[in-house]
Amino acid sequence: MSQILTDAPQSPKVLPIHVPTAEERKGLSKKEVAADHPTWCPGCGDFSVLALYFKLIEKRKMWHEKITTVAGIGCSSRFPYFVQAHGAHYIHGRALPFASGISLSRPDLHVFVFGGDGDAFSIGGNHFNHTARKNIKMTYCVMDNWVYGLTKKQTSPTSPLGFKSKTDQWGAIDYPINPMKQAIAAGATFVARTTHTNPNHVLQMMEAAMDHDGFSFIECLSECVEFYEGAFDASNPRKGGVFNLIPADHDVTNEMAAYKLADEPFPGRFGIFYQVKKPTKNTKETEINKSMQEKVKGLKDWQILQKNFDRMK
Amino acid sequence: MSDSTVAAANAGGAPKVAKISEAIIRIAGNSQDGIQAIGGFLARLAGRSEQEVMTFMTIPSTISGGPSIFQVRIGSGEVLSSGDEADVLLCFYQHSYEDHIKSLKKGGIVLYDSDHIEAKPEWQKDYHHLGIPISGLTVEAIGGTAKDKGKNIYSLGLIAKMFDLNLPKLEKLITERFTGKDQSIVKNALAAFHAGYAHSLGNVLETFKFVDSQSKDGHQVVMNGNEALGFGLIAAGVRFGAGYPITPWSDIMELLRRELPKYGGSFIQTEDEIAAISMAIGASYAGRVAVTGSSGPGISLKTEALGWAIMAEMPLVIVDVQRGGPSTGMPTSIEQSDLNIACFGGHGDSPRVVIAPADVEDCFYSAIEAVNIAKKYSVPVILLTDQGIATRIEAFREPNLEKVCQDISPTFEPVADHKPYDLSKPDGITQHLPPGTWIQSGKYPIVTGLEHDELGHPTGSPKLHMQMMAKRRKKLQALGATLPTPKVYGPPEGNVLLVGWGSTQGPIKEAVDRARAAGDSVSSLHIKHLNPLPPGLENIFAGFNHVLVVEMNDEGLYGFGQLGGLLRSRFCDPKIRGINKTDGLTFKVKEILERVKTNVAEGLRKH
Repeated sequence: MSQILTDAPQSPKVLPIHVPTAEERKGLSKKEVAADHPTWCPGCGDFSVLALYFKLIEKRKMWHEKITTVAGIGCSSRFPYFVQAHGAHYIHGRALPFASGISLSRPDLHVFVFGGDGDAFSIGGNHFNHTARKNIKMTYCVMDNWVYGLTKKQTSPTSPLGFKSKTDQWGAIDYPINPMKQAIAAGATFVARTTHTNPNHVLQMMEAAMDHDGFSFIECLSECVEFYEGAFDASNPRKGGVFNLIPADHDVTNEMAAYKLADEPFPGRFGIFYQVKKPTKNTKETEINKSMQEKVKGLKDWQILQKNFDRMK
Repeated sequence: MSDSTVAAANAGGAPKVAKISEAIIRIAGNSQDGIQAIGGFLARLAGRSEQEVMTFMTIPSTISGGPSIFQVRIGSGEVLSSGDEADVLLCFYQHSYEDHIKSLKKGGIVLYDSDHIEAKPEWQKDYHHLGIPISGLTVEAIGGTAKDKGKNIYSLGLIAKMFDLNLPKLEKLITERFTGKDQSIVKNALAAFHAGYAHSLGNVLETFKFVDSQSKDGHQVVMNGNEALGFGLIAAGVRFGAGYPITPWSDIMELLRRELPKYGGSFIQTEDEIAAISMAIGASYAGRVAVTGSSGPGISLKTEALGWAIMAEMPLVIVDVQRGGPSTGMPTSIEQSDLNIACFGGHGDSPRVVIAPADVEDCFYSAIEAVNIAKKYSVPVILLTDQGIATRIEAFREPNLEKVCQDISPTFEPVADHKPYDLSKPDGITQHLPPGTWIQSGKYPIVTGLEHDELGHPTGSPKLHMQMMAKRRKKLQALGATLPTPKVYGPPEGNVLLVGWGSTQGPIKEAVDRARAAGDSVSSLHIKHLNPLPPGLENIFAGFNHVLVVEMNDEGLYGFGQLGGLLRSRFCDPKIRGINKTDGLTFKVKEILERVKTNVAEGLRKH
């Protein structure tokens, strides 16, 4: 066996293949982007978010290798398995820093993060705030169902007061998080809200988020038919509710106005609450690199290191 | 000063010059006195003079102030430890004088600031006292108040005179150190230095001169372990890292933050330890081995993510600069108590690689080795150093950077098909393709913490779980088989074998030298690869009656330290026993020798 052990690992075989140019390659069909059949319960809101992500990829002619789908833990976080592209299913609550590692080292990729309310606002709350304030380029879509579904009905950080769960048999007593306010206060530069029952709107928000240069956050209401049925009926016209868009005269760059809109009681408003242009961390780091590299122009990496060592003699 | 001791008083004679091969100088003061700077200058001078040097320092874990020492051992021959007893003690305060006089060897010189210290008559006969109003003379030389900095540089002048150190080289070092700041600072520093150098050493009847060291090829570089490790990572091609501040790891992250942009890389300070490792794993996934690091408490926080990297088989380097634990513990003390968490920390069966550098030079090369193992075996590698190596300064032969530096940039060649967790590979080694790679079969892999199939999709199959578990184990067994068997220091057979790891290598070797010189049969073995262990250890152990594992950690519930326990569980050998301590100070040679004696006697009784 030792013969095998000392061998260098084999890299995957590269076949002499024709690599088509960007013009030659066609966009992907839904069939080509779909991977495993989703394990979600029939009727779960997450199905429509997935379908619209496929549509986004199709419509914007993205290629497999240029998309990276990242998720943490939860029902919705199973997402990457269902997408035929490079992807990662990371640990609970930490999808954002993982995605930041990709985003900051690979400007050529679109990084999409999907997750649930527990991932975003409970165990990963700290990362949500800091990824937002640092304005790291990526799109984060939180499929908010107001309940822990994978672990079968415990109170979530967005569960409304009085929601009866297995951990609050008498009804939730902790004040819920308002994702819009949380994101605005944290410094997110793109903050939008949508719901799975309005597919066109979801796609519209996804496209706008993708085109935003910075940390773009979407809260997408996504009903858990198993553990919180009817949670979002009031926002669904087909169930007698109302789907109210952000008023046309809302100034998306006005932080206070956005905050005020976010304060409206459920079903509240849908659309882009807040969007501003601010340099991303990606850009700022690149600028630092440019100015630092200017000082060592023309030197090979080992020569740069040699300069350090020369000072330590 | 092994070739000469301080001469007894020789009334009226002119100071003699004694040739010495090494000297141990301890500087004791408070943490703001700049005593590290004196030590740093001496170390750097030794490096430039092709001498060997090793330093040792203690710093208070208070935010500002508190007693602090810096010990520097300079030698023309091999310097293995920072030394047990000092030849010269330079002290600035009464407490520094009283607390450290016992660290001076009998007949040694106490050089003290007579403005702050009253010498005790009872110590005058054992130690050669030399009181100089250092604070006052510094003010005289450069002005300002006695609180101002400068007495450290003045004292450096005194030491330079005493040891006949190379004046131009020291002047150059001082100028380099302060250049870039206000010109008057360089001027003042040089003024203080010259004043100290010109001061009469009064009743010291002997000054010293180092014998020329045997000429070595090439230049030496002088740095501490954290610097060597940080630069090693850069040489290895690491271009991305993430971390959170914690003593004594912070220096490495500061260095990488400052240096990596020159190479087009980045080091990110994150909101917490978990984000740090997660970001590093994300960057590794994106195609190039990345680094994170911390010290004990932060390593505890990182273990869930570490488990993910093991499960997903992601390359990663994690630096653990150990300090005193558990919990917040003793942040500025030396301890080797993270071996267990490094080798086994985390839930589930999670094999990973652990490498412990032995000295400052080894930090540089171990960093490169860690990156290469992480990359080749697609596995997290923990670099286990400690506060002792992190802060001590050593001189070592300058690496050939042109040869050593490597490029580990990912390539994004399209492939026909790809299975990252291919079970048909006999050695179990995974190779990931980073995002950005076009896979023409249209089947893309997922990396995950769930048990998975060959493409990374989740599975509940018991068979696959067993196969994947074996795969993750086998690749480390494969690595283990390639590791070099460590060499025994001293004869390969005898009575006692001292086994050590990490920063204790020097004092252990020196203990072997001293024991052998006294006619005792003692050898030593240094284990650098802690997980997996290198092959052939059982054959080495078979050659000795006693195998004593010398470690700076607790003897535990069953009487063995952490490496001792690991070796016992691996080799089931009752002659493996431990010499442990947790006083937060580096092992003294004398201490090891005394403990060996009692331990062997006890061991014999137990046999």
